[in-house]
Amino acid sequence: MAKIIVVTSGKGGVGKTTSSAAISTGLALRGHKTVVIDFDVGLRNLDLIMGCERRVVYDFVNVINKEANLKQALIKDKRTEGLYILPASQTRDKEALTHEGVEAVLNELAEDFDYIICDSPAGIEQGAQMALYFAEEAIVVTNPEVSSVRDSDRILGILQSKSRLAEQGKSVKEHLLLTRYNPARVASAEMLSVADVEEILAIPLLGVIPESEAVLKASNQGAPVILDEESEAGQAYSDAVARLLGEDVEHRFLEQQKKGFLQRLLGGK
Amino acid sequence: MGILDYLLKKNKPASSASVAKERLQIIVAHERSTRGQPDYLPLMQQEILEVIRKYVDIEQDQVSVQLDTADDCSVLELNITLPERK
Repeated sequence: MAKIIVVTSGKGGVGKTTSSAAISTGLALRGHKTVVIDFDVGLRNLDLIMGCERRVVYDFVNVINKEANLKQALIKDKRTEGLYILPASQTRDKEALTHEGVEAVLNELAEDFDYIICDSPAGIEQGAQMALYFAEEAIVVTNPEVSSVRDSDRILGILQSKSRLAEQGKSVKEHLLLTRYNPARVASAEMLSVADVEEILAIPLLGVIPESEAVLKASNQGAPVILDEESEAGQAYSDAVARLLGEDVEHRFLEQQKKGFLQRLLGGK
Repeated sequence: MGILDYLLKKNKPASSASVAKERLQIIVAHERSTRGQPDYLPLMQQEILEVIRKYVDIEQDQVSVQLDTADDCSVLELNITLPERK
């Protein structure tokens, strides 16, 4: 039976799709058969981040409307064994997703996969609510910035009242993923710290992804940033995946890196 | 002044991160308190205010409507601060 995890945030542009791509790749790298679903109907982008945009034939809405079967719509990732992508429809609107349709697709996927990652659209409208409704766990992607933190709190409220588990009187397991973290700016008190955000949102911390040039580079190339093992962001995502699987891994990249004498002399980054 | 202030770290404005944290704590606490309330509550509050205004001159913030839910019992609390009689 698969575990359904939603990657959500309320606010747009905080790194939901980047995180969905990285985490699903990380789970597959560790041998768990994983499918990542783009719920952003009308504004599909996961395919670009995963580098499979030219292989999309059928999409999520086609499967719901029975215009194609799952096998035809699922795209097998070329880099990572055991990873599949279900792209969103680019042509329809979010109303195309129905509870019954989504549930049927998830049930069919659950027979075959260990993890189902739902990449939520921004906002708190139907599309976002559909993405989180069936989830057992939620990764709330947050930037250390006021509007993102407020929207994350809003989406936590929705998880606690409008998800299927909440309707059954149970609760969705929540994880905080803090992205675009800049330790230097935190050190000079220009940015909310991990501790500040944890205190306000009061949910367990899954990981902190430092602001990194590697993220743009990865999306330019269509390769999830977790595959860039040299980069801090890639390593931080690997740690987060390990924690998601229950391992106890210490948080890294929270402190500003001190420049060495030579580095300073040579003007290195 | 100048140097002394600097050394004593007086008149130093609060860091922007701490301002952000404080503002967030207030707005998040406020929004959590209204979470789960029925959608009609703000409108009802507005209408109650207008009825009272017909008779007494009061401001928006002098009326507070609070809905508390415990188990299967909900209590609607209406608090009106009447102005002093002149």
